[in-house]
Amino acid sequence: MQKRNILLVFLLLSATLSACAQEPAAEEARALTVMTHDSFAISADLIEAFETEHNVTVSFVRSGDTGSALNQAILSKANPLADIFYGVDNTFLTRALEEGIFEAYDSPLLSEVPDQFKIDLDHYALPVDYGDVCINYDKVYFESNHLPVPTSLEALTQPQYAGLLVTENPATSSPGLAFLMATIAQFGEEGYIEYWQALAENDLVVVNDWETAYYTNFSGSSGQGQQPMVVSYGSSPAAEVIFAETELTEAPTASIIGPNTCFRQIEFVGILKGTENRDLAEAFIDFMLSVPFQEDIPLQMFVFPVNQNAKLPPEFIEHVQIPSEPATLSPESMDQNREIWIQTWTETVLD
Amino acid sequence: MLTVENIEKAYEGEPLLNKVSFTVEEDETVCLLGPSGSGKSTLLRIIAGLEEPEGGEVFWNDEPLGNTPAHQRQFGLMFQDYALFPHRNVSENIAFGLRMQKRSEDDIRARVRDALATINMGAFAERKVTELSGGEQQRVALARALAPEPRLLMLDEPLGALDRTLREQLSRELRRLLRETRVPAIYVTHDQEEAFAIADRLLLLHDGVILQSGKPHEFYHQPRNVWVAQFFGLGNLVQGEVISQSPLKVTTPLGVIQARCDRDAPAVGEKASLLFRPTQACPEAEVCPNRITGKVFDEVFQGENYRLTLHINDEVPLFNILLPEPAPMDATITIGYRAQHVLCLENGSHSA
Amino acid sequence: MDSNLDGNSSGLNELKTSLRNVLRSPTWRAVLFWLLPAAFLGYFFYQPLVALFTLFISPQGGIVLGTLNPGQIWDPLWFTVAQAALSTLLTLAIGLPGAWLFTHFTFPGKGLLKVLTTLPFILPTVVVAAGFNALLGPKGWINLALMALFNLDGPPIQFLNTLGAILIAHIFYNTTIVIRVVSNAWSQQNIRLRQAAMALGASPWRTFKEVTLPLLRPSILAATLLVFLFDFTSFGVVLMLGGPGYATLEVEIYIQALHLLNLPLASVLSILQLVCTLLITVGHNRLTRQRGLVLVPRAQAIGARKPKNPWERVMVALMVLSLISLLIAPLAALALRSIIKLEPSRGERGQVERGFTLQFYRELSINRRNSLFYVPPIAAAGNSFIFAAVTILITLSLGTLVAYALRQRTAINTVLDPLLMLPLGASAITLGLGFIIVFNQPPFSNFSFPILMPIAHSLVALPFIVRTLSPALQSIPESLRNAARALGASPWRVWREIDLPLLSPALIVSTIFALTISLGEFGASSFLSRPDYPTLPIAIFRYLSQPGALNYGQAMAMSTILMLVCAGGIFLIERIQIHSKDET
Repeated sequence: MQKRNILLVFLLLSATLSACAQEPAAEEARALTVMTHDSFAISADLIEAFETEHNVTVSFVRSGDTGSALNQAILSKANPLADIFYGVDNTFLTRALEEGIFEAYDSPLLSEVPDQFKIDLDHYALPVDYGDVCINYDKVYFESNHLPVPTSLEALTQPQYAGLLVTENPATSSPGLAFLMATIAQFGEEGYIEYWQALAENDLVVVNDWETAYYTNFSGSSGQGQQPMVVSYGSSPAAEVIFAETELTEAPTASIIGPNTCFRQIEFVGILKGTENRDLAEAFIDFMLSVPFQEDIPLQMFVFPVNQNAKLPPEFIEHVQIPSEPATLSPESMDQNREIWIQTWTETVLD
Repeated sequence: MLTVENIEKAYEGEPLLNKVSFTVEEDETVCLLGPSGSGKSTLLRIIAGLEEPEGGEVFWNDEPLGNTPAHQRQFGLMFQDYALFPHRNVSENIAFGLRMQKRSEDDIRARVRDALATINMGAFAERKVTELSGGEQQRVALARALAPEPRLLMLDEPLGALDRTLREQLSRELRRLLRETRVPAIYVTHDQEEAFAIADRLLLLHDGVILQSGKPHEFYHQPRNVWVAQFFGLGNLVQGEVISQSPLKVTTPLGVIQARCDRDAPAVGEKASLLFRPTQACPEAEVCPNRITGKVFDEVFQGENYRLTLHINDEVPLFNILLPEPAPMDATITIGYRAQHVLCLENGSHSA
Repeated sequence: MDSNLDGNSSGLNELKTSLRNVLRSPTWRAVLFWLLPAAFLGYFFYQPLVALFTLFISPQGGIVLGTLNPGQIWDPLWFTVAQAALSTLLTLAIGLPGAWLFTHFTFPGKGLLKVLTTLPFILPTVVVAAGFNALLGPKGWINLALMALFNLDGPPIQFLNTLGAILIAHIFYNTTIVIRVVSNAWSQQNIRLRQAAMALGASPWRTFKEVTLPLLRPSILAATLLVFLFDFTSFGVVLMLGGPGYATLEVEIYIQALHLLNLPLASVLSILQLVCTLLITVGHNRLTRQRGLVLVPRAQAIGARKPKNPWERVMVALMVLSLISLLIAPLAALALRSIIKLEPSRGERGQVERGFTLQFYRELSINRRNSLFYVPPIAAAGNSFIFAAVTILITLSLGTLVAYALRQRTAINTVLDPLLMLPLGASAITLGLGFIIVFNQPPFSNFSFPILMPIAHSLVALPFIVRTLSPALQSIPESLRNAARALGASPWRVWREIDLPLLSPALIVSTIFALTISLGEFGASSFLSRPDYPTLPIAIFRYLSQPGALNYGQAMAMSTILMLVCAGGIFLIERIQIHSKDET
């Protein structure tokens, strides 16, 4: 009886090992590995073009959400899993820099990027795209109930909006955290708690993750929920049009873009320290900052290009509201205070 | 020929088999007899190679079998609970051993058919074993053990679970089968009637040793000691003290009894047990010397004669005799025993 | 006996005999069986964990423990245990009658019902949330019906973000474990024992209490253990359906590790989780110390029959109905969602038709945006199946070895058995992170080498398989093996002819468990997945992380595909018969 099982496992192991052995097959093309989070997407032909141009095979390692991917990059920094890591955002930037996972690279294409995005002046982490976490609202609901759309954070505490907003737990959700940051940017570290108290008294609905908030609670999505306002992304209305079942001329949702109502998230890319393909990595980063890639970003990842020469697709232009005063906070203060802010928020809103 | 030499085995620290030795000749049915828990089944398993003894050795035709695994010994074993394979039907069960011998399909089919015919179950070929009655299962188990033509057959209480009529019928069939196939067999049972009916030779196992070995009638007529006599229910046993060696006289609660001894008579002053067989009670007490008087306490009609239970005194409250004529309850009667009919037995349960 | 002339061969014989003597000792036999499974566990489970913990606990151990406030530990711990206990009790309350139903009765659609009740097990929580929402959400069918019926203003049933949601979702997921494990053991019981009790004057209730229940105890305890451990480490359900008000240890680990990047604290919580799992497993082993009763399998075992009288018919109908409404309705809601047009329900907007559509399925096979990471559903389904097949292979081999090891009476088993169960109680997150640290080099370079995925699945599935196979193995009477040996069967033949066929029902159940666990595994998989080998759950989650009706619809469509793939797999497995046997 042992014989049979041992035989099976032996077969399994030998299959594994032989497959292993096949992995590093001799190729003329070199290999470049890019580590990203799960939301990363890109057009196949763009990558093919890059591969052909540089005679390289690009492979991607998608590693969960932002926090998960960053953890993995940090844990493996002695023996990096890839050449490039894309996906750190401004809330985690300080952490990434402190852990020293990157090598600096001053890409020539940075000249095409506005200063507001160049947060790391030493060029360890280079900006690639940005997105706004905004409150989306369901147009049909507001129209049919003759409700004016709120235009500021303060307005959300008015009784006419009681129970109409759903937000995510900042401890468990990135957009939730972003919205919390927005309120801190608006009301300051002393005042934001009062604001949240007011929101809580106004029957604020809190869920743990974006999927539940958007697809279960939000009335403007296919989930047909109860809340006509949800903390989501500025690009979501465009997505609703692009991924609509039947063609829509007008987006069913829109964003509230009053001062500090949206929080700007910037995403960065960096060359992982210890890479053996520095030249290819540099080329890839230049590629990511180049106009073709930047113009591909919106429809693939539903965020905005940092390169000022990149043109937005028409759906974005038509259906996305870009805030003029997005909320931002310094990465250092976010890194330092994130835990205490979340804790205070939890005590105020959840208990 | 099977030789079992000095087999020792302990069970949970207690000795179970204590240097057991015996042989089984070709064409002989040996019955291993003993009370429950005496280690009979264990001994069979050791011989079959399913268990290891702690001492001793098993030989077949003088070849030691210690290094031969069970599946190569070619000893058939029929289990007490039949151990039929529930996931196979009757034919498949019978065919199992033949398949292990790698016989051809046709050969197997033919032999299974013959086996079924021998046990008179030809119509049961496709039947599920879980649907068989006790007697049918027993027969299938027997056919299964016999089909591969083992060189020794061991049967562990094969008739244990059956009712009396079935038992008698099957025990006759077994006898016939064993005679016909001429395969040497060890038959384990705790029922001495069965043992008497089937065995060519009897082995009595008690306290881990073979107490007595011999032909069935030897046990009956010459039990080795008190325990054997008790085990076979040979008759009334009364203890006493020897007062004279030749002629042998023993003083007992029944009075002074003149007895006979097959072995060396015990010395004067030693304890001895006397066996009074119920059938040898002598109603004409005038003729027989050892007179016993008692009150009729119970009476059972047994066809040919009456079994009376007498109350003699407090030390001998029950004394069984068989008489052709009944006697009234509570009547006092006197019977006698010829001296040669009173057998003097060793005390104790170990062989001399 | 051995002559001194040929010294070599006698030396060899001595070696052989001493080897055989060693193998006669149960401890050594157990060691031999445990070798491969222990190596597997040690290398792929304990090594990553130890690596992670030593990295984050030892240098900073003192600091971390000093900064902990009890609220961070005891509150989640207390809640984790409480909700797990409550969920388990409720699951037993539904699952045990379900097991009774499946063991004793046949009814039209029985096979289908059995398969369908297994499907919840494999669904990712995102999808389950959507399904429950479709039924019990504010605009779900039940609420709508109730509102219409009773003329209410708002939906009467508040489902989401409640403890009730957590409990119901756990019941939804885990009932199948209870049903399968217990009914498997129940249908093997010897009916004569019961008949003996009744002949001795025991009423049906007394018979149940005094005969049936004690015999069922090991399997009930095994099912309870498995369900409890699953509920204990439940993550998606608590996160998404319970909402922010409820935090278990696993959720805390998730927050600390992935959102606050506080790996030391996450490690401490993981250790706590593991210790609890160990305690629970040891406790379970003590309760089932009595070895499995040796019964002749299916010698007049319980057969399923049609309900005979009106009382029985009503009972059966009620049970079937409850199972359907609890377990299947959400599945149906999901499947329905994948073929119904979504837009109209969002509000009247011009001319839009209501009705059915296959658009979402079609869309699945279109890479509309030419994305590099587009995965056709067939590829995802294929990947899922291949990983499942490898998982089945690994777990059945190793599980059988462990089952044979557990048969030996030796102290080693009391130590190794709980260690085997630990993966069920380990946080997928910490395990995933541990994997990264350890398997970051050849032969696992590019660490998301596909084989790690089924290995991770196997770690979770193995305890299941062992808990199913081990009691089945112990219930095979030794006399059957002895009979086979006496009839000339070599040890290998004995295994092939006796053990294997009599184990086959348990093997089938095990295979189904391995299949479903692998198909539905999401936590560790999301760490280990490679973009070109995504599995169905990962693909589903991808769709739901983007807004848009098409994304939502495709997620529903792919979920339905996942259910169909799983149902197909189960169906096929149940068709396999190792040897002719009775209908189960």
